[in-house]
Amino acid sequence: MSTRASAQLTLGPLLFHWPATKRRDFYLRIADEAPVDIVYLGEVVCSKREASFEPFLDEVAERLKSAGKTVVLSTLALVTSKREVAAIRERVARGWLLEANDVACVQILGRAAHVVGPYINVVNEAARDFLRSRGAIRIALPVELPAASICTIAATSGATSIEVHTFGRQPLSVAMRCYHARSHNLTKDHCQLVCSLDADGLTAATVDGMDILTINGTQTLSHGYGVLLAELASLRDAGVTHFRLSPHDIDMVRVAEIYRDVLDGRQYASDALQALRHVAGNAPFINGFMHGREGMAWV
Amino acid sequence: MNAQYLELVCPAGTPAALRAAVDAGADTVYCGFRDRSNARNYRGLNFDFDELVEGVSYAHELNCKVLVAVNTFPPAGDAGPWRRAVDLAAEARADAVILADIGVLDYAARRHPGLRRHLSVQASAANAPSVTFYRDNFDVKRVVLPRVLSVTDVKALIAETGIETEVFAFGSVGPMSEGRCFLSSYLTGVSPTSDGACAPASHVAYLQQGGGVLSKLGQVTLNLVGPGEAAAYPTPCKGRYVTHGRASYLFEEPVGLNAIRILPELKEAGVTALKIEGRQRSRAYVTQVVGTFRRALDALSRGEPIEESLGELQLDAEGGRETFGAYRTGWR
Repeated sequence: MSTRASAQLTLGPLLFHWPATKRRDFYLRIADEAPVDIVYLGEVVCSKREASFEPFLDEVAERLKSAGKTVVLSTLALVTSKREVAAIRERVARGWLLEANDVACVQILGRAAHVVGPYINVVNEAARDFLRSRGAIRIALPVELPAASICTIAATSGATSIEVHTFGRQPLSVAMRCYHARSHNLTKDHCQLVCSLDADGLTAATVDGMDILTINGTQTLSHGYGVLLAELASLRDAGVTHFRLSPHDIDMVRVAEIYRDVLDGRQYASDALQALRHVAGNAPFINGFMHGREGMAWV
Repeated sequence: MNAQYLELVCPAGTPAALRAAVDAGADTVYCGFRDRSNARNYRGLNFDFDELVEGVSYAHELNCKVLVAVNTFPPAGDAGPWRRAVDLAAEARADAVILADIGVLDYAARRHPGLRRHLSVQASAANAPSVTFYRDNFDVKRVVLPRVLSVTDVKALIAETGIETEVFAFGSVGPMSEGRCFLSSYLTGVSPTSDGACAPASHVAYLQQGGGVLSKLGQVTLNLVGPGEAAAYPTPCKGRYVTHGRASYLFEEPVGLNAIRILPELKEAGVTALKIEGRQRSRAYVTQVVGTFRRALDALSRGEPIEESLGELQLDAEGGRETFGAYRTGWR
């Protein structure tokens, strides 16, 4: 245990569109109660959502910092308009530590320190090393990577730390088209932000009744919750130092406590899994990508 | 190159398709090696080194260029096949390589600085800063633009970066940001980004059910179509899903992209090249689609209307129906 770097628990960006006050209250409780080291704020999915939380952003960031947490601001996974580019430039100018989720953000940052998010394809050492030379202090790997790839990347990552998604629905794709609006027979320009109706996303089932995907605006996620608990020890041994929990509309403080206990050796992963099932409701757990299988599998 | 000339870039899934495309009037053909290093790693397709050398020779005789796609992402610890593919493309005197992975781009720029580099659609560069990143770091000369942009977006991007662009003119409609879509691997375990195969045929099954046909990818049902109803190949983004109790083509209708009627707009936007998709399609498809686009482009360059050159192309669009994709509205 003593030879391993300390494990950092992170709370990834909220992917869903919650009302601003609910979002603020969520983060204030995280600040006061959740045993996480790093909190990612910011909007990843749709720039139309950004304005609503903007008035609370500084307050929430200050509260999190006062509670000893490092704050990172995540940015859009698919940047297409000049307005979105300008918004990233403005964030850089204001001195935020950013998570880049589109290569546009890496370019805008110049060589400033930043986190590379899971929406930029870093799947091998050469891409990792190039981005390190551009200022990447940490790389959150895409959810699709199997353990073998993660271990190879983490083993020689040097000063760039490696982060892995260990809890929550797994992001599978981003698009220009808004499927949430489409499911309500609305266009993207007149979407009425219907994505806010589904705090954990909208379930899409197959025509023969199997829940399979989750729609979140322009993003598509897995239906099952990605859960890596039994795998935490081997990921740590391989050199992974940061473990991401993706927010859902459940008791995320309790989720963080469960993961913290496993990372700190206070609880067996098998017991933690039982505890997590009580918190996470009815959604199935999945971990197929990590085991080199179809992502929807549970191994 | 004359900025007003629209270059016709055509699929060469096999040596026979390469010759068909060249003969039908392609300015450029693109192909890949027979392994995971390209995004159409399907059985019966692609080239070995000797076939590529012959193909380059055939194309160059007829003043046609050859691009080699090495556009998947090498898994950690296994960059060898991708580097070898770049080396062999250079040795075969290909005119450019089409790349997506930052590590492969870095390798190609260092090892083969004289080999022209194009950015694959798999790199998902849909904005000016991203294009600038690849241009300035790896001396990328051309960007294949994601199918998520409108003509207005395309025009603005060209104006801002001055980069050569290649856009999709015919093929499928990709609603997802390509190169970053894990839907197929979520269902099958085979990765489009690293294994080069989306919805591999080995994982597709069709089952008779009632009067209709159920199509499956892996263990998951993607569609149920009635008799006579058009259906696309079961890729996850072309499936039918139930939301709010209603089954629909949630991501995209079973339609094909056909931009032939908006070629004047694309030309006016400053596009350099038009890409015809279909390395997995037959030689007859290549001959027909390439020939039709050749006639349309020739008419356009003479200042004539292109309507009369269209012919029977509609039948080839995926699912039998056509769309302009994102070009008209940007899916807004």
